[in-house]
Amino acid sequence: MITRWTAGATPRGLVLLAILLIAALIAPFFASDYLLTVLILILYFAYTGQAWNIMMGFAGQLSLGHALYVGLGAYAAAALYVHFGIGPWLGLLAAVPIAAATGAFIGYLAFRFRVGGVYFAILTIAFAEFARVGFDHLAWTRGSSGLFLPVAQYSHNDLWQLRGHPVMFYYILLAATVLAFIGCRALLHSRIGYFWLAIREDEEAARAVGIDTFRYKMIAVVISSGMTAFAGVIYAFYYNNLFPEQVFNISRSIDIILGPLVGGIGTLFGPIVGTFILEGLSEGLRTLLEILGVDVPGIKQVFFGVVLLLVVVALPEGVWPWLARRFGLTERKQ
Amino acid sequence: MSALLSVSGVTKRFRGLVAVDALSLAVPKGEIFAVIGPNGAGKTTLFNMIAGVFSPDGGTIAFAGERIDGLSSDQVCRRGIGRTFQIVRPFPALSVEDNVIIGALLHRRQVHDARERALEILRRLDLHDKRAQRASSLTLPDRKRLEVARALATDPNLLLLDEVMAGLRPTETDRMVGILKQLNQETGLTILLIEHVMRAVMALANRIVVMHHGAAIAEGTPGEVVRNRAVIDSYLGAEAVA
Amino acid sequence: MPVDVYLNVAVGGILTGLVYGLMALGLSVIFGVVRVVNFAHGEMMTIAMYIAVTLFSAFRLDPLVMLVPIAAVLFAFGYVLQAGLINRFITRPEHSQFLLLVAIAIIITNALLILFGPDSQNVQAAYAYDSFQVGPLIVDATKLYAGLTAVVVTTGLFAFFRFTRLGTAIRACADNYTGAMVVGLDVRRLYALTFGIGAACVGAAGCMLLLIFDVTPAVGPAYTLLAFVIVITGGLGSMPGALIGGVLIGLTEALAGLVFTPSAKSMFAFAILVLVLLFRPQGIMGKRAA
Repeated sequence: MITRWTAGATPRGLVLLAILLIAALIAPFFASDYLLTVLILILYFAYTGQAWNIMMGFAGQLSLGHALYVGLGAYAAAALYVHFGIGPWLGLLAAVPIAAATGAFIGYLAFRFRVGGVYFAILTIAFAEFARVGFDHLAWTRGSSGLFLPVAQYSHNDLWQLRGHPVMFYYILLAATVLAFIGCRALLHSRIGYFWLAIREDEEAARAVGIDTFRYKMIAVVISSGMTAFAGVIYAFYYNNLFPEQVFNISRSIDIILGPLVGGIGTLFGPIVGTFILEGLSEGLRTLLEILGVDVPGIKQVFFGVVLLLVVVALPEGVWPWLARRFGLTERKQ
Repeated sequence: MSALLSVSGVTKRFRGLVAVDALSLAVPKGEIFAVIGPNGAGKTTLFNMIAGVFSPDGGTIAFAGERIDGLSSDQVCRRGIGRTFQIVRPFPALSVEDNVIIGALLHRRQVHDARERALEILRRLDLHDKRAQRASSLTLPDRKRLEVARALATDPNLLLLDEVMAGLRPTETDRMVGILKQLNQETGLTILLIEHVMRAVMALANRIVVMHHGAAIAEGTPGEVVRNRAVIDSYLGAEAVA
Repeated sequence: MPVDVYLNVAVGGILTGLVYGLMALGLSVIFGVVRVVNFAHGEMMTIAMYIAVTLFSAFRLDPLVMLVPIAAVLFAFGYVLQAGLINRFITRPEHSQFLLLVAIAIIITNALLILFGPDSQNVQAAYAYDSFQVGPLIVDATKLYAGLTAVVVTTGLFAFFRFTRLGTAIRACADNYTGAMVVGLDVRRLYALTFGIGAACVGAAGCMLLLIFDVTPAVGPAYTLLAFVIVITGGLGSMPGALIGGVLIGLTEALAGLVFTPSAKSMFAFAILVLVLLFRPQGIMGKRAA
């Protein structure tokens, strides 16, 4: 049983994984408050990157509007809390279906009418923008003035209401990321996973071997969007304020894809490795600039753009496959 | 004996060009049926209509007694027709084994069942040794056999082969012919193939139909067709039959 | 509301739409020939707009006057970008090319943010508050000049592609890449030239748009998206389509801004995009893929 779970990894890779997991579990005890927020951000993007990866890396559909699902999840749960006092875990019961249904709608429109590739990407951008402008005018969620969650000083962590110290959010996101990873791995090695790979490689050939590509693309979209909604709920309760301009912004959608892109689309570790590298380098850059006394907004984004450029040009498969080969962390395929 | 595949008066037009002109043919179960003819005769268009890539403008196609014209390509495959492509399309980044597993998963729920079946087929097609290699790293003859393997994994009752011998050297052609013959004899698999390589056609086919300008100009056993005047004039050339 | 208000807004929208059309034309030309989806299109235009703003605040030079030099600068930028970087990606998968340009777009937008800050800037031309009266119509001078200039530049472009040898060579590349190489055309150089031309279009359009709208670094992505909506609506690869699409979008935007709230006007562009993608993906003027 264990061998099935660890198939594909070398002993060296497994040991490394175990060390990292232990490190992740004990990190909050050694990290400063600031470092903790950085780690939370890393986990957030590792999780959403993994969710996005299902659509792109597995089923081959490029979505540049994933912020839509974050926003829908965030607003759904936040609005229910603000108006009816419904806690976030119950709010999830609304957030996930809403986001999944929206994903299904977009997917249905696109796949039914054979909208693919770049056109599909533009369609996803359009929907996210539509939501951004739309929510600006939605009175029930306070429009462009922003939706604020009531925050009071809590002496303890309230897991049910998600009120409390950042450490709570850290462990929730860590659990989510680990579960997402395990879930994705299981999916990838299942019948659905194989069909997704076939669709990604060559959709017409996939149909020629009997795969109902419409159905499996829809499944990928629904899972991806539903998973992302969870991140949205966490987002809402962590930051306690939501503005359509920020939540649905296209730069948020791009932030989500950077991790998997740099780490390696379609791989399991890609989103995590990629996010780690990006945030790590970005923090390094920030500290450097602080030392030099330079404070310029936009430098972090330029930096991300340059990293993205370098990865697309030099390491199109992403950093993780290269790392895995270089350090012998997975079994080689000839 | 009713035919496994029944094409009746099928026509396809592409904006004024008649690619297939009221063509009819019947493929009995268990036979190897070849479609030959000069380039542009409409052979691949015919295939694409049977395989569900597009639907005919007129006429009907029936498989195992049920109409399949107008069905999508994945529906056609699920009904029991497997196909290969004229320009091979294996899943490039996936291993040989995974390519065939995907085919086998059509009718099998469990991945390990599919893997068992895949390995069986790979052995038959002489690809077992290369099962861990990336499909894109294979030579052309191997990729062609891989596509046949993948199509076979879907447990088809009819196999459509589109110029599967193209680009193969004579020894490789003979190897492929041997495999196909064995499949047909041992499992009763019905095969419909488009082919230019006459060596393979003569060795394999029970029956041949010759297409020219979208219509069937001759049909019969290999011996009959090869001596047919119209066929010689339009396609084979006198030297080929001398 | 009285009819002439609608009429005025509509005419204003059409004139603005002509400029949008020119902007989208650049995108269409690039896609039609080089087959690259230029996701940094709006961002390139923003560069031109900022150059114009800087020249205006330093030397009081009108953007329309500076149109040719600015377009030339953008031409050079586009040429170098294609020849130096994008050419290598011609054979790479579609999403790779797309992401390359996304990266470039991010770099441009944020570099502009660093250089110029987030506040909006604009140009108050000498004729900023002038208008012309034609019967019941009152037309803003800025929009009129911008629209007319757009028509002139576009006509020039059409003439270039139709009647000059270079233009014909470029169209040959678009029709048949291998065929063009076989007859001895240096396709890579022509690609670079085409990208340069597309960039020049967008540079010119930027100068004109600056008369009508403000510029912030954030408008880059918005204009890229708008250019895509226009090009897809009009038909990817069709030059007249880009113009028709531009005018259509300019008109709907203006009227939607009038009938609903101004801030919601972009929603209509997106609604049109979704409808086009679903029901007529080849656009108004595009040819349906066989």
